[in-house]
Amino acid sequence: MTTTDYGHAPANGTSIFSGRQSGVPTLVEKSVPGRRAGSLPLLDVPPVNLDDVIPAGERRHALPLPELSELDVVRHFTRLSKRNYSIESEFYPLGSCTMKYNPKVDETIAALPGFRNLHPLQPESTVQGALHVLHHIQEQLGEITGLPGVSTQPVAGAHGELTGILMVRAYHLKAGRMRRKVLIPDSAHGTNPATAAMAGYEAITIGHDRETGELDFDDFRNKLDNDCAAIMITLPNTLGLFETKIEEICRLAHEVGCLVYCDGANLNALVGSLRPGDVGVDLLHVNLHKTFAVPHGGGGPGGGAICVAPGLEPFLPAPLVVRHRDGTYGLDRARPDTIGRVHTYNGNFNAVLRSYAYILQLGADGLAELGANAVLNANYLKALLADDFQYYVDRTCMHEFVIDGRPFREYGVRTLDIAKRLIDHGYHPPTVYFPLIAPEAIMIEPTETESKQTLDLFAAALIEVAREARETPDVVQSAPHLTPVGRLDEVRAARQPNLKWSDGAVAAG
Amino acid sequence: MLARIGVGTLDDLFRDLPAKHYRPHLDLPAGLSEMETWQYLRGLSETNLDLDRAPSFLGAGAYRHYAPAAIGHLISRSEFLTSYTPYQPEVSQGTLQAVYEWQSMVCALTGMDVANASVYDAGTGVGEAARMACALTRRRRVLVLDTVNPGYRDVLATYASGPDIDVETLPAWQRAGDGTLTRVTDFSTAIDATVACLIVQQPNFLGWLEQVEGLAAALASVGAILVVVADPVSLAVVRPPGSYGAGIVVAEGKWTGGPTDFGGPLVGMFACRRDYVRQMPGRIVGSTVDADGRRGYVLTLATREQHIRREKATSNICTAEALIALATTVYLSHVGPQGLREVAEQSIAKARYLAGELAHVPGFRVMPIAPWLYEVPIRCPRPAAEINRILLGEGIIGGYDLGQYSPDLDDALLVCCTEMTPRADIDRLVRVLKSI
Repeated sequence: MTTTDYGHAPANGTSIFSGRQSGVPTLVEKSVPGRRAGSLPLLDVPPVNLDDVIPAGERRHALPLPELSELDVVRHFTRLSKRNYSIESEFYPLGSCTMKYNPKVDETIAALPGFRNLHPLQPESTVQGALHVLHHIQEQLGEITGLPGVSTQPVAGAHGELTGILMVRAYHLKAGRMRRKVLIPDSAHGTNPATAAMAGYEAITIGHDRETGELDFDDFRNKLDNDCAAIMITLPNTLGLFETKIEEICRLAHEVGCLVYCDGANLNALVGSLRPGDVGVDLLHVNLHKTFAVPHGGGGPGGGAICVAPGLEPFLPAPLVVRHRDGTYGLDRARPDTIGRVHTYNGNFNAVLRSYAYILQLGADGLAELGANAVLNANYLKALLADDFQYYVDRTCMHEFVIDGRPFREYGVRTLDIAKRLIDHGYHPPTVYFPLIAPEAIMIEPTETESKQTLDLFAAALIEVAREARETPDVVQSAPHLTPVGRLDEVRAARQPNLKWSDGAVAAG
Repeated sequence: MLARIGVGTLDDLFRDLPAKHYRPHLDLPAGLSEMETWQYLRGLSETNLDLDRAPSFLGAGAYRHYAPAAIGHLISRSEFLTSYTPYQPEVSQGTLQAVYEWQSMVCALTGMDVANASVYDAGTGVGEAARMACALTRRRRVLVLDTVNPGYRDVLATYASGPDIDVETLPAWQRAGDGTLTRVTDFSTAIDATVACLIVQQPNFLGWLEQVEGLAAALASVGAILVVVADPVSLAVVRPPGSYGAGIVVAEGKWTGGPTDFGGPLVGMFACRRDYVRQMPGRIVGSTVDADGRRGYVLTLATREQHIRREKATSNICTAEALIALATTVYLSHVGPQGLREVAEQSIAKARYLAGELAHVPGFRVMPIAPWLYEVPIRCPRPAAEINRILLGEGIIGGYDLGQYSPDLDDALLVCCTEMTPRADIDRLVRVLKSI
């Protein structure tokens, strides 16, 4: 660490990092020929000569994997883990990602051997407990969203979207309609247009109203016609604002036979306050890892349960978990109108199990408060920052809000610089440069699990960064100063891709 | 907090919502305490017959291998478990380097040039591979052998339905009148210049090794791509798809490092040739340097992805299965090349022992028609479903009833062994079968 790095440490920073560090060599750099970790039991049957089993031409002799002891492995991954920020050590206000605290008991439950050691193809009579979990959470999600047809087979938000839009397609085809377009607001997540394209549709962009932050209603009306298969809308939208014309949008869409798909990425705001099905939404995916507390795992596993109105139930993925008249549970494969399978087996069962435990613990009373507390925290934080920051749209927000970073350009400071400087103060940065319609966006989602004290400290840090941006912009522009590595050369990474060990080391570890 | 916001009540924050639908009644019970939740779910878990409590010979795509204890401890660390997609590389070097090591291991196993950070599972990987092959060749016709896992083919059909990809299934086996199986290895009549790719699985769903030599060349001669669905354990002893010309390789990475988990979460390995990388779906991590020349890792080649390319992205995939990929990375680091080879050898030896013992059971016969490893169809004297029912009555989870796969094989069970199948379980299975 250099003295310069210390000089750039914030006065009241709480970062787990204290400056530049030497890197962690890769596994292959630590490999020692012949070294190994565990061993298997002695073989209890006669050994087999592989040359008798596999033809010579199909044999493999060299396998270029590293050779390590267990301590080598444990130290390697423990050291890597210390180079991460995470919810359990830092406030992580990553907008649109709902980084809430996930109760520890859910981990204990997810580790129960009676759930973990089940083969996906076991006879149904031997997995009644697991099928009960899946069937019961289908009912719970149906009740929470107002959309009673539910499958937990999709394993991620984008996967739920694909499932939903393929169902839209199947629904129209069943009615003999070949529709070609899907309407998508310009504030939408990139997954929406990507999904529409994957499902064979043309994505048509709808603009937004700069004053209200909602979709441009006139543009919507002009583009809506009977060639539209669906409109994909995010509730609340990605500016953290409720679409106040949602009922009118649904009514007009339905008039021309266009279905309404709701991207449930922001459902956390609405739980207990509004059921999307009640206002006319036909399909919705639920990001179980966001709203219903599955640890994000560095990028999955998650869950993307799809919830639909009764008329769309026949198109749900197969098999569907059902309850028979005798009270037993089973997998219904005989579904003639299904879009088919979207996952090899039963979706991310072990992730869904965590959500089930979470919903059971909250119950009707806890769920009723969930969204309200998320919205309270967001509006409180927004109020704390109001004197020092401008908002892209200044209205009562829902679970998140978007700061307009453009005023800092005057000091030569950009949104990326503010994000990086927050790291030195001990916070994971908010989502930046999204939604695309808000230039220099800083999107903050505190979630309901954070305390007033955490929000107060975070607001103070962000206000301090704003002061630094005005008074000592170079400190902000060159941040982060306390992390193991500084800003990385992304252009080099893309132009000279180095994607594996054998591509060679770009620098000393 | 309300005063600071400048409102009187919490409800004031929800004025934008339609009043008549605000705060709906939820027909759900009151919340449970932590203790009640744990007790209830522990009880529910015990109603399942888990694989710790019953011998099982079920594989058919999902395999129970031993996962060293270190894996669970390491992937449960808060810093891995409760972080998200590494958007901010300076505070995500742990996750990013782990993904880089995963990509390296996927390439080492498969013999391919580049791998991504993961797809959801092998089934969706096959769907993505078909879409990718169509994009690379600008064609819409995909061939798949019927010896590819039927679950993967179901997902492929779903993924192909949106963009109207034409999927054609080619039979890779036949059954003669006397019940013997014969294999089909010549697919040349189906391969022409309209084909984007041929998808094969090695070893295949029925357990035997496909004849892969020459396939890639035949496909390349008409501008088509060989897609291989591989199996990580077999790749310790069977040559990698990169060595016989595969353009895209998919594999299920879950069973090497994780429990069977009722089939999810899984994790798909996805690898390809270097010149295909710009059409690859999913996230990719690359190594680079900071301003002082320190080595670091970043998400890269993002111009393929939805958050930048929107409707022109190679796929909509973003969040995939990072933590499961980490488990597999730890597993492969722990067992190393020698350990993985021993897992394969022990699994093969146990399956050979099972086959040998079955030779003494009247009416039962293993049906290998090609070199096979640790999974094989067994011909039964009665419908396979009936045999499985008898076995379950004796507390044994039998094999996979191949009648579900093909009506022509409803007298066959697909049985598998791994290093976790004790000889005593095999002996018990054989005893019960003898008594039938």
